[in-house]
Amino acid sequence: MDTHKGVLVCGEIAEGKLAPITVELLGAGRKLANELGEELSALLMGKTGGLGQEAIAYGADNVYVAEDGFLDQYNSDAYTQVAADVCRKALPSIMLLGHTDVGCDLAPRLNGRLGGGLAVDCLSLSVDPATKLLVSTRPVFGGNAHATMVSKSARPQMATVRPKIMPPAERSDSRQGKVIPVEGKVDPSALKVKVVDRIKEEVEGIKLEDAEVVVAGGRGMGSAQNFAMLKELAGILGGAIGATRPACDEGWAPVTLQVGQSGKVVSPKLYIAVALSGAMSHIAGCLGSKAIVAINKDKEANIFNVAHFGIVADYKEVLPTLIAKLKELKSK
Amino acid sequence: MNTIVCVKQVLDPEIPPAKFKIDPGTKQVIPPPGVPPVISVYDERAVEAACRLKDKHKGKITVISMGSAKAADVIKHAISMGADDGFVLQDPAFENLDSFGTAYVLSKTIQKIGGYDLVLCGRQAADWGASQVGSILAEILGLPVITLACAIEAVDKKLKVKRMVKDGFEVLEAPMPSVVTVSSEIGLPRLPGGMGLMMARKKQIPIWKAQDIGAEASKLDKANAHTEVTALAVPTRKTECEIIAGGTPAEAAANLASKIAKLI
Repeated sequence: MDTHKGVLVCGEIAEGKLAPITVELLGAGRKLANELGEELSALLMGKTGGLGQEAIAYGADNVYVAEDGFLDQYNSDAYTQVAADVCRKALPSIMLLGHTDVGCDLAPRLNGRLGGGLAVDCLSLSVDPATKLLVSTRPVFGGNAHATMVSKSARPQMATVRPKIMPPAERSDSRQGKVIPVEGKVDPSALKVKVVDRIKEEVEGIKLEDAEVVVAGGRGMGSAQNFAMLKELAGILGGAIGATRPACDEGWAPVTLQVGQSGKVVSPKLYIAVALSGAMSHIAGCLGSKAIVAINKDKEANIFNVAHFGIVADYKEVLPTLIAKLKELKSK
Repeated sequence: MNTIVCVKQVLDPEIPPAKFKIDPGTKQVIPPPGVPPVISVYDERAVEAACRLKDKHKGKITVISMGSAKAADVIKHAISMGADDGFVLQDPAFENLDSFGTAYVLSKTIQKIGGYDLVLCGRQAADWGASQVGSILAEILGLPVITLACAIEAVDKKLKVKRMVKDGFEVLEAPMPSVVTVSSEIGLPRLPGGMGLMMARKKQIPIWKAQDIGAEASKLDKANAHTEVTALAVPTRKTECEIIAGGTPAEAAANLASKIAKLI
């Protein structure tokens, strides 16, 4: 095990920059590396021009950069191949990825290939002072419980980290580090799955996962027509619409807007839960919100156990005034 | 087209939070009395995906589930939806395996069944949600893998799979056989039909043990586990909900608007 040392962050590039999650991972990785007294490295795949220095400014001691036409966009087979090669040479003790489209696919495969130990969707990471093992905490049972996991002997100790949970690394342009080009090219014969197409789905307004405000409705909304009231509220707040699983099952909202254990996990500044009881499977998707507002006529509803502000009333008597008043405040 | 679907029986995730109890000592959940366990939600979607392929291309669906003898219930549920056959994988050595151990047991079972074009799993289990068994399974079997599928078609002996990404989807093409993990966006599972229910009632679900699938003891040894749960706790929530004052709902709404304006 002593053959494995240091922390490796598997970075992501979005629109020519380090993705926000990568800056968060560099922050988390730097702390772990400091506690271990070891180095922090990053791996960047794709069009990495100049981003090696960026990763150093955000805390990396070494940055492995892999450039290859097959890596320009995420390709599961190609990324797994390159990342596994880098890990076999760099032998990191800890490897961090984002709990994102890329990380959710890459981390389990890489783990399967390397024989490491992976905890996904982690909310906190630390080093056990006695054993020096990575200690990962993650929600299980739809957020009803938190499990703490370790990998005693499997290496690397891997974790995917939920976006927007860890503070981003602080930038320092005076920081020094090494940019190490990854040798070797992607072996095209190992690319078994072909990417035929990438379709961007245009969504009305702001994307649910990116929204600073989410207005979500549940079964208590009663109809698709009533659901439209939430759109107006979201519109004023510059937010997005979310829905519970029952509301999606009813067809009032598309399944892509489902928030919860079997849908999207969101961490907006403000989550307004309207006419939804707060089943644990739903709460699992919004518990990371900075503030939760609940509007429900049932004062016993579970949503009031997690909300910061609440109104116990029929939403039909609340929303019109809320919308009118917010409009008024906004115009000032 | 022959499909093998891996399913898991889990605690019903829709139980009210008050019924959710854990035993911190054993790091296990205490099943609430009178609440039957269910098929994990994504696994049910995987069965649905298999049924849709069978509707179009015929063939056979075999469902496997590692767990207690009661896991026969979720296999019967899958049969009532349209699956043909199933096996329960139950052995004291299979209890509390980590993702690698689970994937190993499933891989040995899949190799024993043989003759498959596609292996389906749910994207993650509704209980522990480790989200990696499908991918590790593919690595063990040496098969291509596609995760987070929201549509699966078979075209010219190839799989055409839509994979969910944040801002849309990818269209991927994979050879057969491959492993595909299924997301809930694939759509609602069908309700069991009368014929299916009858089939499920009659069907004997064999139980396979470690020796039946030729599983090596060393691969099931907990001392070789890749991950270990060291603690399980119900998080304490410190939020105190402030009920917004107001003589009428409208008054409260106006006060709430002022609060919200300060929050964003």
